[in-house]
Amino acid sequence: MAEIGLRGVEKYFGANYVIRQLDLEIANGEFVVLLGPSGCGKTTTLRAIAGLEEIDRGDITIDGRPVQSLPPGERDIAFVFQLFALYPHLTAFENIAFPLRATGESRAEIARKVRDVAASLRIEPLLDKRPSALSGGDLQRVAIGRALVRRPKALLMDEPIGALDAKLREDMRAELKRLHIENGTTSVYVTHDQVEAMSLADRVAVMNDGVLQQVGTPSEVYLHPANLFVAQFVGSPVMNILPAEVKSEGGGTGVSFGGAQSFGFPGELGARLDAALPVGHELMVGVRPEAVLVAREAGEGLRPVEARFIEPLGAYDIVDLKVGDRFLKARTASGFVGAPGTAVWARLDAPLVHFFDATTGQVLDIGLFHG
Amino acid sequence: MAEIGLHGVTRSFGGQPAVDGLTISIADGEFFVLLGPTGAGKTTTLRLIAGLERPDAGHVSIGGEDTAGWSVAQRDVALVFQYYSLYPRYTVRQNLAFPLKSRVRTFTADEIEQRVARAAKMLRIEHLLDRKTDRLSGGEMQRVSIGRAIVRDPSVFLMDEPLSNLDAKLRESLRSELKNLQASLGATFLFVTHDQIEAMSMGDRIGVLNQGRLVQVGTPNDIYNAPVDTFVATFIGSPAMNLLPGVVENGKLRLPGAWEVPLEPAGQARLARDAGPVTVGIRSEDIGVGGSGATQARVHHVENHGVELIVTLSAGDALFKATAPAATRLTIDETVPFTLNQKRLHGFDATTGRNLASAA
Repeated sequence: MAEIGLRGVEKYFGANYVIRQLDLEIANGEFVVLLGPSGCGKTTTLRAIAGLEEIDRGDITIDGRPVQSLPPGERDIAFVFQLFALYPHLTAFENIAFPLRATGESRAEIARKVRDVAASLRIEPLLDKRPSALSGGDLQRVAIGRALVRRPKALLMDEPIGALDAKLREDMRAELKRLHIENGTTSVYVTHDQVEAMSLADRVAVMNDGVLQQVGTPSEVYLHPANLFVAQFVGSPVMNILPAEVKSEGGGTGVSFGGAQSFGFPGELGARLDAALPVGHELMVGVRPEAVLVAREAGEGLRPVEARFIEPLGAYDIVDLKVGDRFLKARTASGFVGAPGTAVWARLDAPLVHFFDATTGQVLDIGLFHG
Repeated sequence: MAEIGLHGVTRSFGGQPAVDGLTISIADGEFFVLLGPTGAGKTTTLRLIAGLERPDAGHVSIGGEDTAGWSVAQRDVALVFQYYSLYPRYTVRQNLAFPLKSRVRTFTADEIEQRVARAAKMLRIEHLLDRKTDRLSGGEMQRVSIGRAIVRDPSVFLMDEPLSNLDAKLRESLRSELKNLQASLGATFLFVTHDQIEAMSMGDRIGVLNQGRLVQVGTPNDIYNAPVDTFVATFIGSPAMNLLPGVVENGKLRLPGAWEVPLEPAGQARLARDAGPVTVGIRSEDIGVGGSGATQARVHHVENHGVELIVTLSAGDALFKATAPAATRLTIDETVPFTLNQKRLHGFDATTGRNLASAA
């Protein structure tokens, strides 16, 4: 069990920052996922916690103790890599038992520990097999077993299921999370896959260009992204982001894209945006496909749009709606819009619309819908 | 006209058939996707059509004519690969013009300029024309590769996982772009992928390949709603369709050791079996969590996908996934009622995996 702290951590090569001013507190027993594109610094951060990478500035603490001067072996942390790195000539049992060899424990005690961890990973029937006889998922289960058998203070995982096929990844996600709930080991997990991050994490730490963009629960980063990067990195299909013009219309506020007919918003929005957006900065509006509401007939608050391209994804459709010279993706029930070229009506679900300062990329706190 | 036909095509490597008795016909102007896991024979099929491989048996036709004696160049097909092979020291303009400067093709300088301009406009890379290709992003490079295919104005485009190396956001936007491009060119597209979302979202029709054989051909909705076997059922859709070992008995569907539900007429018809073992297929969106269901299961795992939750339920030894609205409050290990939408059940033969309704 361990708390992990990163305070003002920096790492650079010459003038290039790999990690910049990183502050992150990971609570005891928490599952934190570092999420970002390749090159964002997430793996370097993880390796720095493990002691596999030196940092140039700042502090890393485990249970309040600075660990920079400790070699990896003394940090009591286990690491799982994307590539399984098992000993090919040893059985699964021997691979899992390997870290216990130097502990001086009795054979019976070691066997008990290996069987315990194998039981929680449901790999007991495989213990006599060598790695060459195991599937990808089982190899990674053995690798995780080897990491957990010492009961480390923390478990660090670098894209551990990234090399597995899609279906197996789905199953392994559930297993990893169950395992965490049962063991309660503080876990830090690196991935570029936002679905993995959303489904595993207690909190997600989104990184880009070496800079921590936002830390929050999956719901927080999905529903309240702090900036344009997070808004577009989390969620699939990607959030619609469009430059917008705002003007008052009757008692309300009209938001329009690319010179097209506007979508209606409450009247206060105009003034709130004026107050929040510095003069000379452009406005960007972000709206997820599920917040673009489509109707087959005209009605209150709806404006006409043309459906251009329909992606039937089985459980639902993603429909590209032409709005001025731009497109908005909408999520509809399967088959809701019959064919491309159909005229339909749409409105935006106001509480789920995000407003960004296009110049800084930061979300504007207009305090209108989220209280 | 550029319809493509494969007629009983087999191609083996070292005695192992990579493509085994494949018969497909792709209509002129169709966007056809070949979908399958690694090693299914997708790329071999594409190479057979391109003329980069010769069939051991059967034949390939383009525009109704047997291509047996044709060279690669005579086939008038353009290939786009996952790895863009652009000339790094050339500009985008030079790369685009390159296929037009071959000795066997005679284009005037004006024609070349026009064709390059048209391709660049279609792909929105006009602002990049004078840039060297080693200064481009992945998405821009893939656009240039596609542009290089377009300039020759071929009637068939063969694409081998062209989006696989791109990041998620770019892949999404290129999906719509490719589909629009195909519509405006009116050309025949054969697109190879292992990604079911790409296949569903772009294909007019999808051909699902497994181990060198064609398992099913149909529109995305056909394949999603009426999979011919358990392979197709679990390969298409995310999360994968739940497959559960069930038994039909006295008008009930029983999952031994887990749960049983009375079968409604709709469910009975869908399972197409009055009694005996059946592999029950049901998608996560057709299982409802909560409400007044009499059947219960334990919450094993909850995944927040933002727009909705994917809930893994456990009952006896069985684990199965359900979809719930994002705002649903669930606790791990709590017991919850659930309901099955019996109109959307699938029954598969417990031994062969064939869909019982479609086999009947």
